[in-house]
Amino acid sequence: MLREIGRLIRRDLLTEDILRLTFIAPKIAAVADPGQFVMLRIGKSHDPLLRRPFSIHQTPGDNSIQLLIKVVGKGTQMLAEWSVGQDVDLVGPLGKGFRIEGPEPFCLVGGGMGIVPLLFLAKKVLQKFPLLRLPVFLGARSANELNFLAEGFNEPGVDLYIATDDGSLGSHGLITELLANQFGAKPGGLRVAACGPYPMLKSLAALCRRLDWPCEVSLETVMACGIGACLGCAVPKINQKGYAHICTDGPVFDAEDVRWR
Amino acid sequence: MAIIDEQLPDLQVNIGNLLLKNPVLTASGTFGYGREYQAYVNLSNLGGIVVKGISLEPRPGNLPPRIVETACGMLNAIGLENVGLKRFIAEKMPFLRDCGTQVLANILGDSVEEYCILAERLSEIDGLAGLEVNISCPNVKMGGVAFGTNPQMAYELIAALRGRSHLPLIVKLSPNVTDITKIAQAVADAGCDAVSLINTLLGMAIDIRSRRPRLANIVGGLSGPAIKPVALRMVWQVAKAVKIPVIGIGGISSAEDAIEFLLAGATAIQVGTANFVNPQVSVEIVAGISQYLQESGEANVRNIIGSLVIS
Repeated sequence: MLREIGRLIRRDLLTEDILRLTFIAPKIAAVADPGQFVMLRIGKSHDPLLRRPFSIHQTPGDNSIQLLIKVVGKGTQMLAEWSVGQDVDLVGPLGKGFRIEGPEPFCLVGGGMGIVPLLFLAKKVLQKFPLLRLPVFLGARSANELNFLAEGFNEPGVDLYIATDDGSLGSHGLITELLANQFGAKPGGLRVAACGPYPMLKSLAALCRRLDWPCEVSLETVMACGIGACLGCAVPKINQKGYAHICTDGPVFDAEDVRWR
Repeated sequence: MAIIDEQLPDLQVNIGNLLLKNPVLTASGTFGYGREYQAYVNLSNLGGIVVKGISLEPRPGNLPPRIVETACGMLNAIGLENVGLKRFIAEKMPFLRDCGTQVLANILGDSVEEYCILAERLSEIDGLAGLEVNISCPNVKMGGVAFGTNPQMAYELIAALRGRSHLPLIVKLSPNVTDITKIAQAVADAGCDAVSLINTLLGMAIDIRSRRPRLANIVGGLSGPAIKPVALRMVWQVAKAVKIPVIGIGGISSAEDAIEFLLAGATAIQVGTANFVNPQVSVEIVAGISQYLQESGEANVRNIIGSLVIS
């Protein structure tokens, strides 16, 4: 947890509304774990006021962090206009990331922009368990959206499974269905780590519960501070009164601890 | 010639009997219980910390969504989520006691009796420099703002509290009233040591696609730079109306903002929403005030308090 003024060293427009930004930020890169996020300040003016949370896509060269950002509003539109060389005010790495531990084999499941933090996770898992075969399930609306998100997963050790809503790439249908078809009947446990749209995570949590697989999910929400002060990013917790906070208790939660709505 | 230490301006201010090493405090609800900012700020460089509002029993807070960004500001309806008195004393005070600055507890209740129990218990423990009485939270149904919008109720609450605590009492005022000076005068008459203002302005935002309010609570408190002119005006009015010190709050994001409040008559200021934007802003403001005083040839921050020039 620190504030670091980094520098934008690379800016790639992957589609008309998806941006890949690479920042030199050695202090944050050195201690970041997969699933953690940074709070990025958009500009020095008061509008937009708040920092934006982004999960870390990967840490290229170990001294930089890379973010993959979809332009959805005023703040992200301003990010799209940034130019290489400019300073960036970062706070991070924040939150609790994915657990990287055995004994069950890992399996990653990502949907849409939720795929972003999984590349970092895949790399760390393979680094820690070099002999592992790592099944990675990636889903998106269409081939267009998925192609660049799946970029980087072609690592030795990764078994890639793809599904799209429109069938334009991989299986036609939901990524959770593909996972159930491929692994649901196999004996032995699987440790699932996932990030994606809420309905995907919800059905994944139900699947994992049925199959008795441990499952971690990364949730997202609007947040003001990212460091546990504003209490704005509340998410209802099961088996206990009150709320957890995505910024400090998460963003990665045990799927069993989330009160799915 | 190099500037030597003796030439650094004196930043100390007094709030009643409470001595602050500088006039910069962090506002309740924006700085957690101090520890959340430890990684970013040398807490001992602050004038003080006002911790997240404490109630007798823990409160879970409101349903999400609880916050929404608006132009140059944000709306929140956290609903006073807090750990409650018992856990505050057991879990939060040990750290706060040794954090190197003055710690003020912000208290809230649904009844005079609840406020009194809180004040009594917190006056018995070591490590608190004062109490900020929250009579202005717009996000809970009971209490809170009910006391803050009625001068008679405010008077009775503070008079009761005055008899139950030896600690400096600061009353945090709501801007959601017709004439804030009336409430300020009432609580001053009741014997409080200072007033702090303003709490958030009641506001609202709507998602036009779903036609739903953006906050689950429908309405929430507006904070941030958007409210600064309103806060400054109210601080100026109240500073003229009461004899006790005024603590200015509302959209302060820089030393320049803080100095405006001091000139308008605030003896100290609190930094709120800006802590979310820049976790180090509070200590940057302390440094900026010092620099301003040096550049203005002022040896003492007290010289500029209320020094607004009106010709």
